[in-house]
Amino acid sequence: MLEIKNLHVSLEEEEKQILKGVDLTVGAGQVHAIMGPNGSGKSTLSYVLSGRDGYDVTEGSATLLGEDILEMEPEERAAAGLFLAFQYPVEIPGVGNMTFLRTALNGQRKARGEEELNAAEFLKLVREKAKALKIDADMLKRPVNVGFSGGEKKRNEILQMSVLEPKMCIMDETDSGLDVDAMKLVADGVNALRDAGRSFLVITHYQRLLDHIQPDVVHIMADGRIVKSGGPDLALEVENNGYADILSEVA
Amino acid sequence: MALPAQKTDGADLLLARHPSPSVTTGWAGEAQTYARARLQSMGAPQRRDEYWKFTNPALLIDPETRAAVLETDKVPVFDAVDRLKMVFVDGKFSAELSDDLSLEGVEIEHLSDAMSKDIHWVREVFGVLEARGQTPVARPMAALNTAVAQDGLVIRATAEVSRPISMIYIHQDDSSDAVIHHAIRVEEGASLTILENGPAAARFNKVMEIEVADRAAFNHVRAQGRDHERKATTHMFAVLGEESQLKSFTLTVNGVLTRNEAVIEFKGDNASAHVAGAAAGDGDFHHDDTVFVTHDAVNCESRQVFKKVLRNGATGVFQGKILVKADAQKTDGYQISQGLLLDDDSQFLAKPELEIYADDVACSHGSTCGAVDETALFYLTSRGVPRSEAQDMLVLAFLDEAIQEIEDDALADDIRARLQAWMARRRG
Repeated sequence: MLEIKNLHVSLEEEEKQILKGVDLTVGAGQVHAIMGPNGSGKSTLSYVLSGRDGYDVTEGSATLLGEDILEMEPEERAAAGLFLAFQYPVEIPGVGNMTFLRTALNGQRKARGEEELNAAEFLKLVREKAKALKIDADMLKRPVNVGFSGGEKKRNEILQMSVLEPKMCIMDETDSGLDVDAMKLVADGVNALRDAGRSFLVITHYQRLLDHIQPDVVHIMADGRIVKSGGPDLALEVENNGYADILSEVA
Repeated sequence: MALPAQKTDGADLLLARHPSPSVTTGWAGEAQTYARARLQSMGAPQRRDEYWKFTNPALLIDPETRAAVLETDKVPVFDAVDRLKMVFVDGKFSAELSDDLSLEGVEIEHLSDAMSKDIHWVREVFGVLEARGQTPVARPMAALNTAVAQDGLVIRATAEVSRPISMIYIHQDDSSDAVIHHAIRVEEGASLTILENGPAAARFNKVMEIEVADRAAFNHVRAQGRDHERKATTHMFAVLGEESQLKSFTLTVNGVLTRNEAVIEFKGDNASAHVAGAAAGDGDFHHDDTVFVTHDAVNCESRQVFKKVLRNGATGVFQGKILVKADAQKTDGYQISQGLLLDDDSQFLAKPELEIYADDVACSHGSTCGAVDETALFYLTSRGVPRSEAQDMLVLAFLDEAIQEIEDDALADDIRARLQAWMARRRG
């Protein structure tokens, strides 16, 4: 599904190398987790993959289903099946949630040469998906993320994910700012989307999210590289002993 | 004495561009004579004048009217609105194209007919509100308008008027230099909505005077565009009575030179006035909103909301003033002007002014200028919205704060649809 090879990335503004050779392969239907201390490059990886400005790829490659995504615009990556659930979903006053989601879905469909959904079809689809995530109609009518609580914002991300049906979902610290109940709701949403044709890359600081979203593989990232990979037990090890032990072990 | 002589010359040049009015007696003649004298004493607008620093009046005072080939929308704005249509062709009222001048709760007369009649209330409005609005800031193009205008409407609303009166300015002659003057009185407890749209003329000078009596309401929605080569200077002079309401909104898309002035004065207590504008300019575009609100009564609320989106070297100007006189306690004055620059070539020039003599008031103003929010743009594009469309969504959202000032939801939606169509055309 997603194949990252020797990815080197530096900041455009300053000569600072953030990623220093990331290798990662996520198979179809798999859930991979990336853990790591602050500043290890986890969020940078998610932004570079989704096409945010401000980063220079100096070496390496990233492909989604065999297609080079690093040359694509963000909207082309989305149409190709990539989705980034933001750590801090952006508030956009004046842009209605429904208008936004419909433009996004139809933008993707158009780019893939598929039929666009009309207003009625779209409404039906969203209502169905929103119900499953306990998102009320009022929230859909409001401007994108404006006045949403932390939990509502994250549920809105999951709603977008379930409407857009991406193939590769990157979740950037989705658990940050969530209480236990909200986290469980979000995790349920993700689990409902797990599918043989859909993969997840879950970036998190803490093991607790992984109690709810069971990963197949856990990676530890430090100083711009993946330093250790293993099964779900690796997350528990981090939880119990912190990163220091693992980092000294690989050093 | 070189300076005053030069000023007079400028005024005479302006006056010479237009034929002398045919009716020169009665209230009209008086107003014209006073207006001519005012214009001659203040002279034509010049770049060195305080309120013309940001806008070059050259195209407005040029003896030549530069030709303007004007585009016309296939489906004009407000087309679906149930309204009384008043049509002007190159600044001349067309009875043939207009609906009958009859609508319940309102008296409408063509200005040139009204000029020869003794209409009591017009005497107190025509040229009078304009003259009041000449201090402390001179507005020569408005004085010129009063001095030479022969076309326009004289409207008196005496009840809640059910349908809007819609002024449609059609343009046929590429070099027309049109002057239109409307005088309006909304009587106590009455309400009236005026719509305006259309290219009007190659060069257009319009004045609208409105007296809003006690407990009366006046709504105004205007769409300027899509006529890029037009040069327009417009003035609204409004005086508000007790517990009265005024709302005015203008959408401007394109236009090499547009100067819209709004001069609003509170004379009665507990009144409210909202004046708003959304402008979208591309390339050779200069749009100027100059607003002067005078609070001379207690507990009145005023609100100015002006938003401009500029690209490819377009210029936006905002000069907004709130003057609170010593006895205007409990004034609530608000003013916001914002420019959204889509590139480094465009500019937004803002001069917000507050002048407050009362001690128990709440006045605030804000003025910002910036680029599109890249974080929001990335969020939208990362979901699959094409970049150009994402930018337009953010532009529409930016302008919407001004559009929300429109009282009637259907009219607001009509304005939104107009803007969306304009942006879609730009995207190609």
